[in-house]
Amino acid sequence: MEFLSYLISGLSLGSVYAIIALGYTMVYGIAKMLNFAHGDVIMVGGYISYIAVTRAGLPGWLSVIVAMAVCTVLGVIIEGLAYRPLRSATSLAVLITAIGVSYFLQNAALLIWGANFKTYPSLISGTLKLFDNKLSIPYVAMLTIVVCILIMVGLTLFTSKTKMGKAMRACSEDKGAAQLMGINVNKTISVTFAIGSALAAIAGVLLCSSFPTLKPTTGSMPGIKAFTAAVFGGIGSIPGAFLGGLLLGIIESFAKAYISTQLANTIVFAVLIVVLLVRPAGLLGKYVPEKV
Amino acid sequence: MNFLKKSKLSTSALRDYCSFPLVTVVFVLITILNNSGKLNKSMQGLLVPVCCYIVMAISLNLTVGIMGELSLGHAGFMSLGAFTGVVTSQSLIGSVPNDTLRLVIAIAVGALVAAFGGFLIGLPVLRLRGDYLAIVTLAFGEIIMDIVNCLIVGHDENGLHLIFNFTGEKTVADLNLAEGGTAIIKGAQGAVGTKTIASFAAGFILIMITLFVVLNFIRSRTGRAVLALRDNRIAAESMGVNVMKYKMIAFVLSTTLAGMAGALYGLNFNMISADKFNFNTSILVLVFVVLGGLGNMLGSIIAATILYILPEALRGLADYRMLMYAIVLIVVMLATNNPKVKNLFMKIIPKRKSKEGGAAQ
Amino acid sequence: MKKFVKVIALVLCFALIAAFAACGGNKDNDSNKATNAANPTNAQTSGESFKLGLIGPLTGGAAIYGNAAKYGAQIAVDEINAKGGIQFDYKAEDDEHDPEKSVNAYNTLCDWGMQILVGPITTKPAVAVSAEAATDRVFCLTPSASSTDVINDKDNMFQVCFTDPNQGTASADYIAENFAGKSVAVIYKNDDAYSQGIRDTFVAEAGKKGVTIAYEASFTDATATDFSVQVTAAKAANAEIVFLPMYYEPASIILKQAKDIDYAPIFFGVDGMDGILGMEGFDKSLAEGVMLLTPFSADDPKAADFVAAYQAAYGEIPNQFAADGYDAVYIIYEALQAAGCTADMSAADICEKLVAVMPTLTVNGLTGEGMTWDASGAVSKAPMAVVIKEGAYVTP
Repeated sequence: MEFLSYLISGLSLGSVYAIIALGYTMVYGIAKMLNFAHGDVIMVGGYISYIAVTRAGLPGWLSVIVAMAVCTVLGVIIEGLAYRPLRSATSLAVLITAIGVSYFLQNAALLIWGANFKTYPSLISGTLKLFDNKLSIPYVAMLTIVVCILIMVGLTLFTSKTKMGKAMRACSEDKGAAQLMGINVNKTISVTFAIGSALAAIAGVLLCSSFPTLKPTTGSMPGIKAFTAAVFGGIGSIPGAFLGGLLLGIIESFAKAYISTQLANTIVFAVLIVVLLVRPAGLLGKYVPEKV
Repeated sequence: MNFLKKSKLSTSALRDYCSFPLVTVVFVLITILNNSGKLNKSMQGLLVPVCCYIVMAISLNLTVGIMGELSLGHAGFMSLGAFTGVVTSQSLIGSVPNDTLRLVIAIAVGALVAAFGGFLIGLPVLRLRGDYLAIVTLAFGEIIMDIVNCLIVGHDENGLHLIFNFTGEKTVADLNLAEGGTAIIKGAQGAVGTKTIASFAAGFILIMITLFVVLNFIRSRTGRAVLALRDNRIAAESMGVNVMKYKMIAFVLSTTLAGMAGALYGLNFNMISADKFNFNTSILVLVFVVLGGLGNMLGSIIAATILYILPEALRGLADYRMLMYAIVLIVVMLATNNPKVKNLFMKIIPKRKSKEGGAAQ
Repeated sequence: MKKFVKVIALVLCFALIAAFAACGGNKDNDSNKATNAANPTNAQTSGESFKLGLIGPLTGGAAIYGNAAKYGAQIAVDEINAKGGIQFDYKAEDDEHDPEKSVNAYNTLCDWGMQILVGPITTKPAVAVSAEAATDRVFCLTPSASSTDVINDKDNMFQVCFTDPNQGTASADYIAENFAGKSVAVIYKNDDAYSQGIRDTFVAEAGKKGVTIAYEASFTDATATDFSVQVTAAKAANAEIVFLPMYYEPASIILKQAKDIDYAPIFFGVDGMDGILGMEGFDKSLAEGVMLLTPFSADDPKAADFVAAYQAAYGEIPNQFAADGYDAVYIIYEALQAAGCTADMSAADICEKLVAVMPTLTVNGLTGEGMTWDASGAVSKAPMAVVIKEGAYVTP
């Protein structure tokens, strides 16, 4: 029975990673940049939702919408101010700018909301008890997994069916050619950031609902883990991010349960290295042969 | 002085060779200031760490700028160098009483261990490309941190005692040190009580060595092969350049230098702990490299110096210090990489305007 | 040439920011004056005051501890300055919980003319700085850095809090006495000197006292998000007591996750657990029945004035770090009086006098009645075991 408990812990943690990784992978796929500030947008989403619930007295679901709205605006502003001017620069320059943005968000949060930890009021509390109370599944975990699947399906449909989605895929393949076909590349990338940041807000709310402390650095570690998950699944691939996130969570959970709690992180990364050696483009990533 | 005979000296070569006298002049100036008591204590305290970060930046520039591969785990090699350096120095206190000699030995051992670590890690890492390579270096950085965290090392008259505390149940007591033995690394509590023997002069010499090695490497046959691989891997490979071999040489050289910087760093502080060398430190050094310019060693030196001193210089801002640092970082990135903003700077410096305008086109 | 322009741009930006820094610095001073704080500008006007420095993490992941201590010390400084007599100029510097930055902060404070140091707040920075301060002969009193490495071999380093071994041993003794025969699970933070230090001595002492340890697990910074595996495993091992030598932030998640799986052992914390009830939004029913050894309670009547002043100034309920910071300043105040130091003495002279006077001192503070020190620098005070009942500390 413990085995199932561990599996559920892993799934619940993994689905949080997955939901963050979806945002990562989406931005990477289209803008070809590692947005290291993504984890911090998650933190902002968590704080906004927290403020909306505790200070403004809004119901939980409404606070999510407020957080999504704020993060969307924030994402578009960040993109416009910090990333757009660097569209022609090297990807490394953008990476460093993203790190600057990450520092900025963390320290701004520290100044605005203070260093004190906040306990996030969980969106839904309670647990489902099965088998004579031997197995308990928090409702939050179930919600996270469901939301994660919904987002994955939604994003897949969006990118394959809608006009904007097609524009995104075109930009992801070749920005120059896309522009020649009359696609507004800047607008497309802005929309990508808007969607990515809205996802970050949802991720923030779900992250804090499952693991309820909120501080200015809340987003950084899950952000790195989600980045790992996105690469694990094949960066740029939407189902890959989902799979990568879940697997990462499950591996971490089992490593803690059966091998060593000290080295859980080491084991996760070791598995990642082995997988990348066997499949150099991640689990579901496309291997694109180089053209000469 | 062979290079002077060449009729046309490229700007990059000029810049590279200028870095030696420049670093020397700065060193002499600072030493004079220091000896005449003009340097305040906080500046004095920054001297050795700045040297370490400069060496780190040059060594990472070798990987990122010259080899063209993004590494997000460079602090891991610094960690290897730092901890082996500290263990070496602390266990040799009895047998090698001369501080300078012990420092040299410690740096050499730190460099060796980091080189070996670089070789082992390079085997899998260098088979990958792009962001996948980057994430695997990040992974190794984290793994090194975790493993050093589990390390308990002590020294007594019977030599070194070492245990890996993978189960979490071992403590310093399990080392079974003889009377008079000392624990050097105590797991998460870090290496404590290190006799600090690092000096600014040692840092300066290390920078000079690093510069000499790296600049000569770039201009050597091997270095040219590495550059060719960076610029066009497929073309280079078809000309018979062995990808794995040359990338490995550059990578191991880079990790060796990081190990030396680490050893100097470790011996400058009374205590170091594994979590210092985390992802954030790797990123910090990467920021130095990118801001200084890829492949530009002098740029790395300047960027490392300025950006390391900046948060200290901003202490007057109190609570707004790190926020300001973040803003500076973003603004500088925009200023150096955005054509429009760059042109604005061009107008501020009219002398350079015409020249740069020609070069840019 | 492009690269050259880059360098120029870099230098220009730096100059720009330096200008900013100068402006910003003034602004900061103004805001400080508004909150009636001592600052360098005031320092020049009042030549008769001791320069008191504090080092702690004011930004980054550990910012809460540094800020709490900084605020606590600020209140004590304000109170003392209002009394007349000994005056303090007080300045806090940030170390981001990094030994390297802490040494930088220490050097900056020395340049400012610091005579006495309160800090550093966290353990690893305190170890690094204490070595520097021992060479420079600056008297240090750390509010909350609890490792023995902080005070070992340094005569000028004193602590306000218990040492880690002290806490580990006291916890094991308490459990052996009051819960004989119950099995214990330990969850600790493997990359934290404080947590690992307490765990090591706790396990050693538990072995001597015959306390069975049924399960032991750890976590690191990278895995500090989710504890459900550790909690499930502790439940599976039938541990009746879970010992949590850690700060209250991870502990609050552990309490929640234990409740999620209907696991209700006795949770036993150490002084880092204090503050859990002050967490904004924390469901206090989760902490029902949690035991902890703590020197400070915000509900204590003797702390009422301090708590009121702290809440008025910073809008939060002070935790133990704030109380430690407050006590540290008062201990220095008492020691300065006892040693007869004057503000025109050098840091080294003050250090010698204070080192001599510390072992003779007895101080009643918020974090302990009748605190005394031995020459090693460790404090001797009785840890108080409390139980959380209906959101308040109760003596069992």
